[in-house]
Amino acid sequence: MTALMIDNVYKHYGALKTVCGVNLKVQAGERVALLGHNGAGKTTLIRMILGLTPISSGSIKVLGTVPGSRLARQSIGFLPESVAFHGALSGREQLRHFARLKSITPRMADDLLDRVGLSDAADRKIRTYSKGMRQRIGLAQAVLGKPKLALLDEPTSGLDPISRHEFYDIVRDLANAGTAVLLSSHALTELETRTDRIAIMSKGKLVANANLEQLRQNARLPINVKVTTTPDHADRVAHELGGTRVNGQSISLTCLQNEKVAVLGQITAFGEVIKDVDVTPSSLEQLYRHYSVDNQEGM
Amino acid sequence: MSVFTISALELIIARRNMWVATSVILMGLFTAVLTLAGGAPTGTLSVDPLTIATTSITTLSVYLIPLIGLLLSFDAIAGEAERGTLALNLTYPVSRIEILIGKFLAHLAVLAFAIGVGLGLAALLTIWQYGPADLSFTPLVKLFFTSLALGAAFLGIGYLVSCLVRQTGAASGIVIIIWLVCVVLYDLGLLGALVADDGGSFTKTIFPWLLVANPADAFRLINTPVASVSVLASGIGAAGGASGLAGQLTSLLIWPVITLFLAWLAIRRIEL
Ligand SMILES: Nc1ncnc2c1ncn2[C@@H]1O[C@H](COP(=O)(O)OP(=O)(O)OP(=O)(O)O)[C@@H](O)[C@H]1O
Ligand SMILES: [Mg+2]
Repeated sequence: MTALMIDNVYKHYGALKTVCGVNLKVQAGERVALLGHNGAGKTTLIRMILGLTPISSGSIKVLGTVPGSRLARQSIGFLPESVAFHGALSGREQLRHFARLKSITPRMADDLLDRVGLSDAADRKIRTYSKGMRQRIGLAQAVLGKPKLALLDEPTSGLDPISRHEFYDIVRDLANAGTAVLLSSHALTELETRTDRIAIMSKGKLVANANLEQLRQNARLPINVKVTTTPDHADRVAHELGGTRVNGQSISLTCLQNEKVAVLGQITAFGEVIKDVDVTPSSLEQLYRHYSVDNQEGM
Repeated sequence: MSVFTISALELIIARRNMWVATSVILMGLFTAVLTLAGGAPTGTLSVDPLTIATTSITTLSVYLIPLIGLLLSFDAIAGEAERGTLALNLTYPVSRIEILIGKFLAHLAVLAFAIGVGLGLAALLTIWQYGPADLSFTPLVKLFFTSLALGAAFLGIGYLVSCLVRQTGAASGIVIIIWLVCVVLYDLGLLGALVADDGGSFTKTIFPWLLVANPADAFRLINTPVASVSVLASGIGAAGGASGLAGQLTSLLIWPVITLFLAWLAIRRIEL
């Protein structure tokens, strides 16, 4: 089922175009990462999906209905990129309030407080919380009651490394239970293995929208190969392979996807001399740079 | 349902609001002092002791009730807009009008509590001093409901300001200015005009309506017996006669309606 359908959506503030002709679909159970430079239009897109900001042209369907409808709001979970809760309330009071607004039993709010690791601090005033603890209240309210569509705007900002892991566990469980997840982030490395699809925005346009493998194929970025040899032969191997010596016994070279097997054959032909070979496909960071920055020259 | 959910949260917040707590305590304290002091010097009285108490409590309430109302309301929308919880709340199945009504009900309950405590204290102290036998509680009941109406009017003003400026700091400043104007400067201005006019046509025709147009003054007129002494004695007497109880009641009732309606228009126009 298509939880979210964005069809040729534009948004402009006066003459300033912030979202230009974006098409994007998110299916139930799918995790999509929305990447893009500062000011690319990620937050604007998310706010249009929520019905907080009017769409200039194009259309968005949330679970088959228009953004901002009661049905849509009942089934959406949203984490704003920056939110502060009233300092005089405790985490539990704040979360139970959100639960009641969605007609969910307060018990579930309490369970979620445990899940985001706030059970000890739950009855303290939010004004005494650390940044990460406040972020977790935000996360907890966004996944309250297993929404059909979760929109998370920079969800891991302010979280420590362990909490980030736990957060992605929560996202995985949500997706497995059928929630469509759209999350924006600048933390690229942590997204590689934890999302099903990557959408990259640049200056309001969607410049990429595929899974990591497809992105790699389309980008045709060189693959990094690192060869370790016995010390005496490093120079010869480097010369014959056309790579560069990195230190005493390592050689670094790059090749294209379609040359990979041939290069590997060439390396194994050296026999005993080769001690180790490392092949790393282009990282999300490199891909992001390729799609987001390099693409702009043609625009 | 959402309305009551919002009210419940707002009640918790108001309970922990230091300013509101202080004004409620002040209210109780002053009413107690005024009630005790009101009966003390004369000893044997021709006037009902409760009437004397309500008169002095009215003078106090004219300042305190609008202040509590504004303190409760100025942050209500602006604070949420600033923190980002207004937008977040609106992604839940709640409408703007429900948010406004929910907050209003909670704040009205806080006001009713503050006024109830003050007047209850006044009643108890009077009974303790004179016995319950021949006291008339009508002025007290009248004072309770008119205080609530006065408070509601200023709640509405507070929400309106809160929606329009969307910044807590600015809202608090504007609200204090409005308070000053309504409870102090407006009367001073009218008094000045009265003196300048020296019993001319302004005093007889326009002044009574200008006086009653201010909800704080309408409140004062309703709860001050014509015979009792007051700063604006002559003017108030004349105004009381010209606008009448109907005019005063209308002013007190129409202000909450108008200001809340305007606040509703304003909250609908907030772009998130
Ligand atoms: N209310 C507004 N009025 C005018 N311009 C706006 C408004 N909101 C956003 N913009 C503009 O829209 C563009 C996109 O902003 P947006 O917040 O969507 O970026 P983003 O991709 O979320 O960036 P970041 O990674 O920094 O969060 C920016 O140029 C911003 O200045
Ligand atoms: Mg953003």
